[in-house]
Amino acid sequence: MTDQCVAPAAPLAPRARLWPALGAVYRAQLSRARVARIPLLFVATFQSVGIMVLMRGVVDGGSEARAVVAGSSVLVVAFVALNLLAQYFGQLRAGGGLDHYATLPVPPASVVLGAAAAYASFTLPGTLVTAVFGCLLFGLPMGGLWILLLVVPLAGAALAGLGAALGLLAPRQELATLAGQLGMSAALLLGVLPPERMPELVVRARDLLPSTYGVEAFARTFAASPDWGAVALDLAVCGAVGVLSLALATWAYRRAAVR
Amino acid sequence: MSTGTAQAGHTAAGATGDAVCVVRDLVKTYPAVRAGRGAPALPETRATDGISLDVRRGEIFGLLGPNGAGKSTLVRQLTGLLRPDSGTVELLGHDLVRHPERAARLLAYLGQESTALDELTVALAAETTGRLRGLRAREARAARDEVLEELALTPLAHKPLKKLSGGQRRLACFAAALVGERPVLVLDEPTTGMDPVARRAVWSAVDRRRAQCGATVLLVTHNVIEAETVLDRVAVVDRGKVIACDTPAGLKALVSDEVRLDLVWRQAPPLDVPEVAALRPKATEAGRRWLLRLPQDQARAAVAAVTGGPAFAALDDFTLATPSLEDVYLALGGRTKGLVRT
Repeated sequence: MTDQCVAPAAPLAPRARLWPALGAVYRAQLSRARVARIPLLFVATFQSVGIMVLMRGVVDGGSEARAVVAGSSVLVVAFVALNLLAQYFGQLRAGGGLDHYATLPVPPASVVLGAAAAYASFTLPGTLVTAVFGCLLFGLPMGGLWILLLVVPLAGAALAGLGAALGLLAPRQELATLAGQLGMSAALLLGVLPPERMPELVVRARDLLPSTYGVEAFARTFAASPDWGAVALDLAVCGAVGVLSLALATWAYRRAAVR
Repeated sequence: MSTGTAQAGHTAAGATGDAVCVVRDLVKTYPAVRAGRGAPALPETRATDGISLDVRRGEIFGLLGPNGAGKSTLVRQLTGLLRPDSGTVELLGHDLVRHPERAARLLAYLGQESTALDELTVALAAETTGRLRGLRAREARAARDEVLEELALTPLAHKPLKKLSGGQRRLACFAAALVGERPVLVLDEPTTGMDPVARRAVWSAVDRRRAQCGATVLLVTHNVIEAETVLDRVAVVDRGKVIACDTPAGLKALVSDEVRLDLVWRQAPPLDVPEVAALRPKATEAGRRWLLRLPQDQARAAVAAVTGGPAFAALDDFTLATPSLEDVYLALGGRTKGLVRT
């Protein structure tokens, strides 16, 4: 514009930095989850406990029992991190809530990682309860349960990233909910059922699901002398998928926030 | 400090040097939508149809128009949320079409939705917003306490927004918008659902920021009374176009030769009275209410006719008023419905 008197551009306010902003989002999301999602955490836990009780009649100990307990525990993570987070981001996007974040100078990664981390850590108590109950039910050793402190964040990152990406990419809110539900059903069927009884094709599909590696890592720790190398490898795969899926979610957020 | 430098007295020419926000030929077209199940097809819509505006430093500039006029689409382009098809937006010397991400570092935006904050407590919503606006933890807490106190929200600080009434929730979102100062405030219908006390709190908070830091406010409203009382200048928006832009007084001068006559009948209007029958073609009828816009002499005659004899017996109530911005909007060819007077 030539008719404008050119004034020097006003200074820009500083951006929010990645980690402090992430911390602020994490704290806010955790408090949100506490207020609104506790009943759902109960649902998730009861669901997993119920599945284990049902499987008790089918499975008689050994590696199958380990797979059932590990799968049911990680299912709590899938329920909250994948399903609920997909719903949350779908709802946020449909309801115009993303505008709030998009008009704040906050890095997209802070919003996505903060929310994902909050949802993932919110699942920890439910996962622990499920695992302890499963160990008692099937008579498994509880000495290795500390591994959940690694399994929950790593599987949580992978599943939460996937959930956030689904919620942000789905063209409609209902589709986001549907995708979240389907993802959780996949985690349920492919994660809880012992792989020994699955057809080849389904085992392949199981390998594609990020939660599988968390389940495997956890299941291995029930062995008398666990193969720690294999556990570490499983967790590494989980972490790598987590990084990828969170990167995807961050990209999806950027895309959804500015249209 | 530049307190209230750009006020009503300025003329349009020569003031652009002090412009905070310069908009030129902004166009945004939404593509046609094909009919889906249960959803009708929509034709291509020009939500913003060649809009140009200058908002000056320190003023409260309003966008007035009915729902669907294109106000929110325009505001979304001014806040970097929506990319225009063509045209330019310059905010405090920054090109927002090329660098939409800079908007967040120049302005605070209060949108119509509170989805992002609904499940937080009032205090946490304000504090988190401050943190995400780049404040340090201690600064954010101090700013939060100050703003909540200023807006008399301290007693509600620990309630989740969801549990508040519509007006209180709106006020809490407004509080979040104020934490972490910005030279420009963009407020999309900030006082919706608020009681008079809360409204006063909003306008005095806005005035304080104008006086202390020379803040500029861009306000979206469909409330004509609010527009007349708080705005320095107003752009009347209809179907994606600015159909007039001036001070409220300047706009009202356009229709100053007319007055507005409201008649409310007890039951059916007494059409057997010839003067009343003659008024009917000029009236906008809404149930028992007739709304007339008449030149002053005709209005006097009409009042004389309805306040005497058999017409008066049928009359429940009448008011005679000088024109409002709603009358301006209608006189300029705006669609009839959609502005509110509350």
